[in-house]
Amino acid sequence: MQSFSFQQSKTAQTKRELSKTHHLPPVAKYGGRFVVTMLPGDGIGPEMMGYVKTVFKAGGIPVDFEEVYLDSMHETYEHMDQAIISIKRNGVAIKGNIETRDNSRLFRSRNVELRLQLDLFANVIHCKSQPGVKTRHQNIDIILIRQNTEGEYSCLEHENVKGVVESLKIITKERSERIARYAFEYAKKHNRKKVTAVHKANIMKMSDGLFLNTCKEIAEQYPNITFDNMIIDNCSMQLVSHPNQFDVLLLPNLYGNILTNIACGIVGGPGITSGQNFGERYAVFETGTRNTGKSVAGKNIANPLAMFNASADLLEYIGLDKYSNVLRNSIDKVLNVEKIHTPDLGGSNSTTDVIDFLIDDVKAQTQV
Amino acid sequence: MFALKALKSIQNVPHSNHSFRILNEFFRSLSLCSPSFQASKPLPKAESKVKCTLIPGDGVGPELCVAVKEVFAAMSVPVEFEELFLSEVNPSMSVPVETVIESIQRNGIALKGILSTPFSSSSGELQTLNMKIRKQLDLYANVVHVKSLPGIQTRHKDLDFITIREQTEGEYSALEHESVPGVIECMKIVTEEKSRRIAKFAFDYATKHGRKKVTAVHKANIMKLSDGLFLKCCEETASLYPQLKFEHMIIDNTCMQMVSHPEKFDVMVMPNLYGNIIDNLASGLAGGAGVVPGASYSSDCVIYEPGARHTFGEAVGKNIANPTAMLLCAAKMLAHVNLPDYSQRLTNALETVIASGKARTRDLGGYASTTDFTRAVISSLAF
Repeated sequence: MQSFSFQQSKTAQTKRELSKTHHLPPVAKYGGRFVVTMLPGDGIGPEMMGYVKTVFKAGGIPVDFEEVYLDSMHETYEHMDQAIISIKRNGVAIKGNIETRDNSRLFRSRNVELRLQLDLFANVIHCKSQPGVKTRHQNIDIILIRQNTEGEYSCLEHENVKGVVESLKIITKERSERIARYAFEYAKKHNRKKVTAVHKANIMKMSDGLFLNTCKEIAEQYPNITFDNMIIDNCSMQLVSHPNQFDVLLLPNLYGNILTNIACGIVGGPGITSGQNFGERYAVFETGTRNTGKSVAGKNIANPLAMFNASADLLEYIGLDKYSNVLRNSIDKVLNVEKIHTPDLGGSNSTTDVIDFLIDDVKAQTQV
Repeated sequence: MFALKALKSIQNVPHSNHSFRILNEFFRSLSLCSPSFQASKPLPKAESKVKCTLIPGDGVGPELCVAVKEVFAAMSVPVEFEELFLSEVNPSMSVPVETVIESIQRNGIALKGILSTPFSSSSGELQTLNMKIRKQLDLYANVVHVKSLPGIQTRHKDLDFITIREQTEGEYSALEHESVPGVIECMKIVTEEKSRRIAKFAFDYATKHGRKKVTAVHKANIMKLSDGLFLKCCEETASLYPQLKFEHMIIDNTCMQMVSHPEKFDVMVMPNLYGNIIDNLASGLAGGAGVVPGASYSSDCVIYEPGARHTFGEAVGKNIANPTAMLLCAAKMLAHVNLPDYSQRLTNALETVIASGKARTRDLGGYASTTDFTRAVISSLAF
């Protein structure tokens, strides 16, 4: 019910009231300083956010964080509402992942809930090989654009007859069109040559068929971009054997979830890549693979770079390009020049080694 | 690119400042001994200086700016002032307002004394310089933090509230005309867009500073449409902030409540003219125009200026003005540009001086001069 509230309220509003929603500034920016919502989440999230704050402070980056403690410990909706309202006010958020406890049937995933309520329909992940990180494949540069609000994640499941459970996968023309257009616009803006839609229309002829046909229709409006399609199983195989053939991947929800994890894996694992979630009005930045990293929490071995990449994305989004570049430069140095690698990249450095370098380097870049 | 900039800024520094720079290095090396830094690490390169526009203004403004500069020099604050003299009553000495606006846009921050505004305009122009700056930079939100300073004798103790004022529309629209001889109309403009914007600002400010309550001040019982719109916008914005208490109060009652029970207020948001009155009233409660700082925000820049805007023209050259408000403005500016340690040091020194009561200027019932006060602050700066 909540997922559609945006559309419903839109039609119900009078013209005058409609105009008001657009008058609100997209980000809370006062006197050159921004307020950004921070959701530390579970697992390594709180540690990572602490580091982000430290480095931001060291670089004098004009961003203040409004922290909302949304995690799996709280069963009530109070924190959830607080988080959503806070993002609606500030327009932008940085987020650690929130663990979903599967033991309670009534407990919907907080992550999904957040995306649905804020209508963050596009998840964008840029997977790029780092020359300093040893991986099986080199020179990978893939953009994955995933539909984030429908498909298998509709949270509609029921038991019709005892022992028979149905889970509804919803594909709509409207949302398929929106994500396809987003992907092509993205490709156009970033000078990409090819968009590949991933599906399973040979089996799910109607639902995935609708997605594929919609993508084809939109593709016709972009004659300068090659359009291609590939079945999900084949795509997974291709991705691990010949990843260089891909440019932009356009994905429905669940396939997107799987492929983004594969793609992050082949460029160096969950510690590096960041993910961006966009809606019409709000944006949430997080790590590329949405995992909490509980097993490495508190051990000082987690790789903080994914969260710093997410921070750099955030800074770019709010228009602080200068600081965004500073962060990206420093991250590049950590990975490729100084090679301060945490165990997930095969190194033996600790999280704090990376952070110490980042603090010094960001300081050096901003205080000259 | 950064290195080039640094080189340029070093070349621009006149030689007389060389000794300051050496001192600067010394203090920096001291501050580096804090636990977060290891002594083994190489010292970082010289910090860049933050550039800040400085508008001394009329009346005692220039004297107060001297006080600020002296204190900054004593602390070796890495801030470089770009001083521009702007005045409406001394037009021949004044730089064009466009220069000032350009400078503030470039630097993002400014420290400003008060500009005196003549009652009648020689050129027939209705907009004052202040209004021009505010309008062109879109400095829509004026924030005055009224806080009792221990050591200042006032009727009410422990005041701590914030008044937030819309300052780009309302009665200050500069739209006045004589429709029939002897009948003058002055337009008060209230728009939904700006009302919503100031309301959001107030609630965001309250959230950021951990405040509990926002009070909207209005006169919607008489001006049902204009103030009604303002109030409606505040009410609607409040729904996005469930953790903050929201209430509204009529302006006349607010004035009475403020002089009798000022501790009732937390954050207040109001249209232009009411804000002007309440700012002055509240400053009076906390010790007068000389001790209350204020700031004007747009989305890109901030101007820090004393909260109650009085030039104190009768004290010019007498060396008796109280620089507290201006110094507090400077401290707030330092916190804004990510120099919180300097800001804290300055605030602590000021509080020590005022609490000790050793250097009271005339407005606080003493006989100390501006210079005495400034020297007292400098000697109280803790290391």
